Amino acid sequence: MNVLLQYATVLVLTAFVGTEIIAKVPSILHTPLMSGSNAIHGVILVGAMLVLGSATTNLEEVLGFLAVILATLNVVGGFVVTDRMLEMFRGRKPRAPTTSSESETP
Amino acid sequence: MSRETLIDLLYLFSATTFLVALKGLGSPKHARKGNLIAAFGMLVAIVATFFKYVDGHALHHVGLILLAMFIGAIIAVPTARFVEMTAMPQLVAIFNGVGGGAASLVSITEFVHIKSTSPATYVTLEVLLGVLIGTVSFSGSAIAFAKLQELMTGRPVTYPGQQVINALVGLVALGLIVTILVSGSTALLWVLLALAFVLGVAFVLPIGGADVPVLISLLNSFTGLAVAASGFTLGSNLLIIAGTLVGASGILLTRLMSKAMGRSLSNVLFSAFGSVVTAGGAEGAEARSVRSGTPEDIAVLLSFASKVVLIPGYGLAVSQAQQVLRELAELLEAKGVQVFYAIHPVAGRMPGHMNVLLAEANVPYEDLIEMDEANSELQTADVAMVVGANDTVNPAATNDPKSPIYGMPIIHADLAENVIFLKRSMRPGFAGIDNELLYNPKTILVFGDAKDTLTKTVAAVKAS
Repeated sequence: MNVLLQYATVLVLTAFVGTEIIAKVPSILHTPLMSGSNAIHGVILVGAMLVLGSATTNLEEVLGFLAVILATLNVVGGFVVTDRMLEMFRGRKPRAPTTSSESETP
Repeated sequence: MSRETLIDLLYLFSATTFLVALKGLGSPKHARKGNLIAAFGMLVAIVATFFKYVDGHALHHVGLILLAMFIGAIIAVPTARFVEMTAMPQLVAIFNGVGGGAASLVSITEFVHIKSTSPATYVTLEVLLGVLIGTVSFSGSAIAFAKLQELMTGRPVTYPGQQVINALVGLVALGLIVTILVSGSTALLWVLLALAFVLGVAFVLPIGGADVPVLISLLNSFTGLAVAASGFTLGSNLLIIAGTLVGASGILLTRLMSKAMGRSLSNVLFSAFGSVVTAGGAEGAEARSVRSGTPEDIAVLLSFASKVVLIPGYGLAVSQAQQVLRELAELLEAKGVQVFYAIHPVAGRMPGHMNVLLAEANVPYEDLIEMDEANSELQTADVAMVVGANDTVNPAATNDPKSPIYGMPIIHADLAENVIFLKRSMRPGFAGIDNELLYNPKTILVFGDAKDTLTKTVAAVKAS
């Protein structure tokens, strides 16, 4: 039961720390936040590897194999799509010189 | 240092990178780097796992694991790279769903693996929660995907006694959990799996298209919690930390989104919003006069303004007019006009979707302003131009207590000196409600496809 308590401690503390950090994300980045956190729960791949790696019956092998496929889809797709999105968020500076010299905003 | 300690340290490292990534999302400047750091942390965790010992032996089936990873990756990469940004919500829904499915499968497999050792009751409970939440997320995301992809109607699907039936299914699932806890039966686990699948579908069916963004962030949170539950079962701090972070972020976003619509979460989830077209619209659009104009009219109006606030909605993305809108904004800025893009929190189809769509069109993020700031800028603006938005600027949300969107915070376009409304037709928006703003004497309506109208306006501004 002690182990359970240790896990529960991690869970509660993470929930508080996570909420603090996430509350500071500006609404302009809410879509990347969703897709980025989506990629992070892809860490279930580690769990999927462990269950397939310890499988002793055919049933476990099939289920574990499926789990690894799905988890890989989640983790790879999640990070790639988030990167693609964040790549697009550019500030004023790196724009083409022609437009930036014309548009002097205060 | 033992092998296990080293692996645990690497896991700690990767959990830290996840926090760094979320912190990086605090500003668009550091966001991309943060995401790459998290991806690296994930890679470290995956590689470390290959060296882990389970049940006292090195990982079996390494070939199978690599094969499954290969299959997953070759499907994921091209999908993620080439899907249109407008289809982003569907894609996030799918990646979320498969994550939930994976979490559910991990829990089941572990249960099958350990059941001969008659695990403690709390271990079984963790497994069952993982299966229930993960599967609901899986099938719920699948239906959300179908709605967003328009494979099925975006309207709420309702039938008599729906809420009672759903509540019963939920209760039976809970009863089943208790029964399995007492009996430890694997056969019943499959029943629970099927029931959870049905529950996910039944839960999402009555939720209307306009509310799906809130739903996706809730399902994201579900998957996070399912991953955390698997973490308990497998005894992995890494899974617990990552899952909880996602769970917290999903719940936070869900609450923000429902607040932005002025409704409670339970209202969003259970009211089948948008299923009935309100009788309020019956006074008839044709009975009332509107002022319509041409692209040339608005070109003049815009060119001679000193401050313009653009209010984009999902309709902008549907007509693929983001680029032209940016072109128009740059032209105006070159003429010395101050231009802002006012972004309503629920514009688009997921939280912050409109920002991504505009970023894709190279709009600098400094020009995007949030609702509160927009409303203070609008007080001194000469022109507010609504492009493809409707409900988010509908004054009924503030004035008409009978309106279904009453209480939703809106962008007050009518505060500006002039309002330009680009509209395809007089048809009401997503929520099916007539918009008073269209009949405001300040408002000039320009009918037609947004991209078409904007292209003509750009030409007219250039010519002037």
